[in-house]
Amino acid sequence: MQTQTESGCSATPGKVVTGNVIPLLHEVRHALQQLLDSGQEMVIDLRSIPMGPGEEDRIAEQLGRGEVQARLSALGPSEVVETRYPGVWLVTHHNNDGEIIGKFIEVCVIPRLVTAQHEDIRAGLQALSVQLAE
Amino acid sequence: MSKDQTIGEALRARGVSRRGFLKFCAATASMMALPPSMVPVIAAALEKASRPSVIWMSFQECTGCTESLTRSHSPTVEGLIFDTISLDYHHTLQAASGAAAEAAREAAMEENWGKYILVVDGSIPVGDPGYSTIAGISNMDMLLETAAGAAAIVSVGSCAAFGGIPHADPNPTGALSVRDLLQQYGDRKPDTHSAVYTAHSTDVDVKNKPIINVPGCPPIPVVITGVLAHFLTFGTIPELDELGRPMAYYGKSIHDRCYRRPYYDKGLFAETFDDEGAKKGWCLYKLGCKGPTTYNACATTKWNEGTSFPIEAGHPCLGCSEPDFWDGGGFYKAISTSTEDISRTAVYAIGAGAAAGVALGALNRAKKTRAVKAHQKVGIDDLEKDG
Repeated sequence: MQTQTESGCSATPGKVVTGNVIPLLHEVRHALQQLLDSGQEMVIDLRSIPMGPGEEDRIAEQLGRGEVQARLSALGPSEVVETRYPGVWLVTHHNNDGEIIGKFIEVCVIPRLVTAQHEDIRAGLQALSVQLAE
Repeated sequence: MSKDQTIGEALRARGVSRRGFLKFCAATASMMALPPSMVPVIAAALEKASRPSVIWMSFQECTGCTESLTRSHSPTVEGLIFDTISLDYHHTLQAASGAAAEAAREAAMEENWGKYILVVDGSIPVGDPGYSTIAGISNMDMLLETAAGAAAIVSVGSCAAFGGIPHADPNPTGALSVRDLLQQYGDRKPDTHSAVYTAHSTDVDVKNKPIINVPGCPPIPVVITGVLAHFLTFGTIPELDELGRPMAYYGKSIHDRCYRRPYYDKGLFAETFDDEGAKKGWCLYKLGCKGPTTYNACATTKWNEGTSFPIEAGHPCLGCSEPDFWDGGGFYKAISTSTEDISRTAVYAIGAGAAAGVALGALNRAKKTRAVKAHQKVGIDDLEKDG
């Protein structure tokens, strides 16, 4: 764990703490409570928050890994990982070169991207019908 | 790819599934600095949006802005956005040149008059138009003509937005930004113009065309495409600040969003590039960081697919997205300090009977000479321009 000096800043040379990790986790806790109470979902864009080197990793460490991990292949790979807190998901989108193009914390029952989409189901039905007709 | 296709259709034609499209929209929302709750709105709008015609003109520039946008490996989100527009004319990227290229521009103008987006990088030489011409047409004439039929103009890079390095003192070409040029010369009919302009330009108010400034040297690629994506998605220009920059990207200072800000607040500064403070990642304010007076998205959007940005690499912000950043008095001087030791400069000036600029150069050279003799490390003062 990173320790903080009296000044509130990093004590480890080369590592910087912005102070955003703990408030972010509180925000997640509030969102989780809201999900439980009203079903209201929330998404946090990790790219919109100032992060020091290694802080995204520290958030991932704090959230841990839970029971579900899914890997999607749509416009490049995406990882959808349920954290150790059910209902809190860490979603990372990559492009085909493996570069990260988006990183989100989703607080929901299941991220929408994981479920099959109606348009794709319709296209799949059509493709299967064509295959069976051949 | 047909020009009549919507963006949704164009992406499906490329084999992008609905799931992929939603992922694209999530990344686009992030790129446009919009909240993730906007993803369904963006998906619905992009699905139906038509592919706009884009005419991209490069004037007095270094091609860094085009490099910034196009050097990413595809398919990035930026690449997909770029692919979904109809880029009908781009000096640097197109194969055609001379009269054939200009014919393509005129055809795109004719077909999309009043609807195309004009992207400009580079400043425009007004003092001596001969510094930059294309197919024998001065930059000013080409801009005045093409701006007349544009729905909106995007000035990409600090040169187009504010004049940039060509505009830096002593501005030998008389360089102007797009906005300044249109303000000052918008009433003027271009000396050289095409039949398309003659046919359509009656009652066109070039002076008041919407202009979006996307400064930076170069701008962050996702900021360039984010502005295009906003136009694609909503059909409007984004909210702008007083300098014409989109608030979503330029609404906060680098300083306000900097991960080193807590050190500034605690008064912990790096004094040199290799002291303990620098090694501990303390604030770079005293090393000349222009973060407090610079508005840009570097601190959160970052560069190279979100890997890092100059301050994270240990270098102060140069303030490249601000007007006249090149003439700001020294990249390595703290904002709060004067630009030079005035009393010693004056002695040099009187002694040599020379202009102050020459005196500054002599002073800096003297410092370097002393450092070499004493085998000292070259410090930040020595990195200043020689004058």
